[in-house]
Amino acid sequence: MDAIQERDAASEAASPVTAAPAAKSRFGVRFALGLLLPIALGIAWEIGVAKGYLQARLMPPPSRIFKTLYDLAITGELWIHIGATLARVFAGFALGTIFGTLIGAVAGASRVSKDIVDPMLQGLRSVPSIAWVPLFILWLGIFEQSKIALIAVGCFFPVYLGVLGAISSVDRKTVEVGRIFRLSQFQLVRRILLPAILPAYVLSLRQGLGLGWMFVVAAEFMGASEGLGYLLTDGQQLGKADQIIAAILTFAVLGKITDGLLAAASKPFLTWQDAFAPKN
Amino acid sequence: MLNIQSVDKVYPNGTRALDRVGLNVEQGEIVAVVGGSGCGKSTLLRLAAGLDQATRGCIELDGEIISAPHECVGMIFQEPRLLPWLTVAGNVGFGISHLPRAKREAIVGEVLLRVGLSDYAERWPRELSGGQAQRVAIARALAPRPKVLLLDEPFSALDAFTRASLHEHVLDLWRAFKPTLVLVTHDVEEAAYLADRVIVMRPRPGRISSVFDLDLKRPRDRYSPELEAAKRRILNALDQSLRERTAGDELVPAAAI
Repeated sequence: MDAIQERDAASEAASPVTAAPAAKSRFGVRFALGLLLPIALGIAWEIGVAKGYLQARLMPPPSRIFKTLYDLAITGELWIHIGATLARVFAGFALGTIFGTLIGAVAGASRVSKDIVDPMLQGLRSVPSIAWVPLFILWLGIFEQSKIALIAVGCFFPVYLGVLGAISSVDRKTVEVGRIFRLSQFQLVRRILLPAILPAYVLSLRQGLGLGWMFVVAAEFMGASEGLGYLLTDGQQLGKADQIIAAILTFAVLGKITDGLLAAASKPFLTWQDAFAPKN
Repeated sequence: MLNIQSVDKVYPNGTRALDRVGLNVEQGEIVAVVGGSGCGKSTLLRLAAGLDQATRGCIELDGEIISAPHECVGMIFQEPRLLPWLTVAGNVGFGISHLPRAKREAIVGEVLLRVGLSDYAERWPRELSGGQAQRVAIARALAPRPKVLLLDEPFSALDAFTRASLHEHVLDLWRAFKPTLVLVTHDVEEAAYLADRVIVMRPRPGRISSVFDLDLKRPRDRYSPELEAAKRRILNALDQSLRERTAGDELVPAAAI
């Protein structure tokens, strides 16, 4: 009887809930679902080490990894590494984005400019980016410049391709609407072309940022005294598997956060999109 | 007022889309251009809109030669072509963005009221049905108060019921603003119901084959015997123009096609 009354009270309390909180709670459920697998694996891992099935030295249990992370954070070391890596990623991403956007826009401006610019860049694109490393070290030294250059190269190509592709796929029919209303060349760009390419552009920025995170590791392998990549190599040389995994986890979290920030920052401009949104 | 003077249009691939097409449209008149596909009727409209250039001849609006889109000429396309990143109100105000905000909002409100979409001002284009989207496109074209409105098969993608209701919207707007309307369509009933004059074109090369003056009084009854008779006359002419072409085609050596 009490249980039924309680449930009634609960449903009464829940009934005036509007759509927004409902969506929020659905998000909470989805978030929890996403955590289910990693937590289960972590527990199994922990038990496996405790029972002696797994070697703690090579496969440190989650508790050890979090202890390592915690210690690194307490001593302030972690923040120095994160700061160094973030600074490199942002500098490289900014450079790659600026050049990718500008050159992509130039190539997209006319067929002739595309015929001039695109073949060479497509050729360069097929060079594995790590192959640039020796050259960049030779040119720019082993310090920050060469690292940032490598990350910028990684970010450049997705942004360039994204801008070029987006411009060439703008519908002629939409451009005609602008012409009918006698927009100047500049207005045509600002009021038709830019909004039309924005969704594809944001996507290419996110791809570029993702590649930036990939390349920062390669760059920091080139020899760095700080940065998450340094934590990786240092962990390898000293046989500290927990430090390696802690650095990997940090990469995952930072990559997800920066991508989320980029997506969130662009969202207000893209509410109009008629995108496929899976329900539940 | 809109004077099309013996216009030719030859596309770079050699297709002769228009061959000496001449037509004078009066102020406030509704002219419908009908014809089979490939007869150049849409090409004619694009020339009048200033979107394409005639190969020979010219089109004048009140004595002024049209060589680029003109502020007094509006156009409605077969598809609504709304800008998906603007709301309905944003789309309708797109062509009058040079006006001060208050003036612009007043005009947008007025034309949206005219097409019966006042409640949809803040919606996104993706939330509209096909008929609603086309009404927004009509409102957008009307907002700058064009003297001439060109309509390129604007109702052909709609179902019969929506089409009939849009006919009434267009006639209502025409009564209110008295723009000159040039309507390209392949629907003879639509042409006969709406137009003061129906131009029948025949394809390859696109030429005017006959002209019908329909002095039926408005409002018209879609099912009146007079309208039925007019429809039949136009259909006959259309039929004949197509037969002429087939007969003519047989004389052309295969290599020339």
